Amino acid sequence: MPRPLKTRFVCSEPAVSGFRPYGGSTDGGSVPVVILCEEYEALRLSDYEGLSQMQAAGIMQVSRPTFTRIYISARKKIAAAFVEGRSMSIEGGKVIYNDGWYVCGKCGCKFESGKKEPSICPLCGGGDCFRKYDPVGEIKRSAGFSAMRGCGCGKRKCLKKR
Amino acid sequence: MITAISCSGNSMDSQVDTRFGRCPFFAIFDSESGKLRFEENPGKEAESGAGPAAVKFIASQGAQKIVSGEFGFKVKPLFDQLDIQMISIEGNKTVREIMELLKSN
Ligand SMILES: [Zn+2]
Ligand SMILES: [Zn+2]
Repeated sequence: MPRPLKTRFVCSEPAVSGFRPYGGSTDGGSVPVVILCEEYEALRLSDYEGLSQMQAAGIMQVSRPTFTRIYISARKKIAAAFVEGRSMSIEGGKVIYNDGWYVCGKCGCKFESGKKEPSICPLCGGGDCFRKYDPVGEIKRSAGFSAMRGCGCGKRKCLKKR
Repeated sequence: MITAISCSGNSMDSQVDTRFGRCPFFAIFDSESGKLRFEENPGKEAESGAGPAAVKFIASQGAQKIVSGEFGFKVKPLFDQLDIQMISIEGNKTVREIMELLKSN
């Protein structure tokens, strides 16, 4: 029996709704491989953005084993489409787009503003001081920061990995 | 404007509890009258559905904003529907500090 679909958090809508092969004998005419939206997101965070599975799982708010399961399923499906010359359709899953968040530069809170641009911070009332919340960028920035902190001073332990 | 704050105790010096559905108390602060009261979270020990129950409870208190930490995918669409704005903070802030921020608003 198939597992019932659970709701997942996803931050970005896929750029296209699918892919079609060319050349060869199939032209994608057979049944397309269906990639779920959360599978697309898992592959994007992990292979495209280069996050660790732990970091990616945190963004999607799923456990690490659940993330791994979603990610492996995405890889298997894409491999099948490549090898069998089938088209791919990115659709379905049960996802909620969690992308309407802003960070206030004044008080540091994070708040949701849905589809509309915010005019003031709902916590401190500050205006004109927010940026769109970008979880991937935030993780990359803080990783870069901690790698640099221990570097070059000659006194602290170097945190850079070899 | 009424704001609900998920918190660990029922005093102004209690910390904001970042576990939205499981916090023991909600501080209900009315920025117009300056009145503050504490309500026990009725769903804090529920086996399941604590998040959605807490959303309903907060809505019944007339809140239009909620200050907490992480909001899961069970509660996000509910807050969106009810037009209650989610505010997420990190670190250790007290109810008093949140009130000060809201007052300057
Ligand atoms: Zn602010
Ligand atoms: Zn170094």
